[in-house]
Amino acid sequence: MLHADRAATRRSLLTALATSLATPALGQPALTLLNVSYDPTRELYREYNQTFAARWRAQTGQVLRVNTSHGGSGRQARAVIDGLQADIVTLALAYDIDAIAERGLIARDWMARLPFNSAPYTSTIVFLVRRGNPKAIRDWGDLLKPDVRIITPNPKTSGGARWNYLAFWGWALRQPGGSAATAEAATRQLFRQVPVLDTGARGSLTSFAQRGQGDVFLSWENEAHLALEEFKEAGLEIVYPPFSILAEPSVAVVDANADRRGTRAMAEAYLQGLYAPEGQALAARHFYRPRDTALLSANAARFPNMDLITVDGVFGGWAAAQRIHFNDGGVFDRITAR
Amino acid sequence: MSATLASGGPSHVAPVPGLGLTLGMTLAWVGLIVVIPLAALAIKPWELGVAGVVQSLADPRVAAALGLSFGAAFVATLVNLPLGLLLAWAIVRLDFPGRRALDGTIDLPFALPTAVAGIALTALLAPNGWLGAPLMAVFGWQVAYTQAGIVAALVFVGLPFIVRTVEPVLRDMGRDAEEAAATLGATRPQALGRVVLPALAPALLTGFGLAFARSVGEYGSVIFIAGNMPMATEIAPLLIVIRLEQFDYAGAAAVGLAMLLLSFAILLALNLLQRALRRGRR
Repeated sequence: MLHADRAATRRSLLTALATSLATPALGQPALTLLNVSYDPTRELYREYNQTFAARWRAQTGQVLRVNTSHGGSGRQARAVIDGLQADIVTLALAYDIDAIAERGLIARDWMARLPFNSAPYTSTIVFLVRRGNPKAIRDWGDLLKPDVRIITPNPKTSGGARWNYLAFWGWALRQPGGSAATAEAATRQLFRQVPVLDTGARGSLTSFAQRGQGDVFLSWENEAHLALEEFKEAGLEIVYPPFSILAEPSVAVVDANADRRGTRAMAEAYLQGLYAPEGQALAARHFYRPRDTALLSANAARFPNMDLITVDGVFGGWAAAQRIHFNDGGVFDRITAR
Repeated sequence: MSATLASGGPSHVAPVPGLGLTLGMTLAWVGLIVVIPLAALAIKPWELGVAGVVQSLADPRVAAALGLSFGAAFVATLVNLPLGLLLAWAIVRLDFPGRRALDGTIDLPFALPTAVAGIALTALLAPNGWLGAPLMAVFGWQVAYTQAGIVAALVFVGLPFIVRTVEPVLRDMGRDAEEAAATLGATRPQALGRVVLPALAPALLTGFGLAFARSVGEYGSVIFIAGNMPMATEIAPLLIVIRLEQFDYAGAAAVGLAMLLLSFAILLALNLLQRALRRGRR
């Protein structure tokens, strides 16, 4: 019985392997571009890939197919470091692209190669609460009320969670008498009120929306909008705190791979297209804040004006923030150790 | 072969035909699939230097995670031991409607992607789940997002290992020995305790070892139900993933190596115990 099962599994595995090896050779056009991205960009890039391929064909006559891979930002960066043949990375934070650059696959000055720190669109951190906002959560300080339970992924495994953490820290610093010590104490209290730490934003959203855990979910702005659609029956609401952090999901051409595969021209055009009116409009449609100020003010109802701090301004850049807060033995380890 | 026998002397005849070739292929395969990856794991951490490895493992979080992974695997396997024996017994000895269906169901945890199992168990046992809600309301127990949830996931994953190792032994044993014991005046519990269980002990131990080893390294199903709070519900494989997320390959390999050594020691102890049991019965 068991052996028969195992043999069957093995056979089907072999078939699956054979087909997966065969398809790329047979079914695809000669030109492909691989964009390695993070989780909540799925809808945005599905649409952008098509428009870009159409435009590229109109301009050059070449038939191009853009594939996108999605996953946790850090894991995706690691896949590229470990040899995934990405031509482009579009990740949740600059630190993950820095990690690839450190291993020589991307030029060190990648951030200066495109406008706005190589982040064609931005996002921020907002609150997702249950219908009617029963715990009256309006600002970061309300998270520390003793009866409030907060859902966020683990900052050690999730890029989005690092933005959550830094936004809260930035808020705590701004309070009267705020210092690194008071911010650490407040953040320690915050994480005492976190009942579940999933590894990624998707998992946390499931815990919050479907498993009924917690009162507030700290969320990417764009993912909060997607969640409203996706979990209509759960009855969720977005709360915009007056203050938050400017999240700059960065993009870069993976130089080593693009040069070897001869895809540099189209990879660069792909990223530049994100800054063009068409790309900016798509980003806005998928709830990313466009860099184009005219477009942003045209969408002011969907993107309320908030007081946004930057990682560079408050934390001295991602490398420092990572080292001080999230690496082993850093502040996050200290506040979660009992 | 017969030509060799006729012309050469017995000194030229290999004890097993094709021994060199088959042994070579076996060793090459084992080397490629098992030894080389494990050797790579054993070598990687030392990039940090001896002090670095010690420091990397001395973190209280590592100790807590290792303790949790091995502790929860041990508890889950202990729960599975009587449960698995009972199931194997039912499948071999009893005839009831649906026996074949039950027989097939037991293998499901082998086949199901562990993430699916984890998500299903979490949905079931979460404080608003079908099972979790009544447990919470009646007893005030929360299973999902606690250590109990981890054990529940590991019970699910480990069960078939015990059933499938005990079942063939039980089937081979037949009822003769029990019947003989009965004719010699043994009561039912005596026959079970003195005749059946000792004969099954080595198989139970093997099943224990397999289920335990599987549970220690389990990631996919546990991650959804664990809650993943540092020092409380964070399993060692998650710690490995966390270190990888920080691009700390050597530190991740250090935790992996620690798990490997601990698992090896435990499996070795189980093997020795099994050998002692076998010798005792002779």
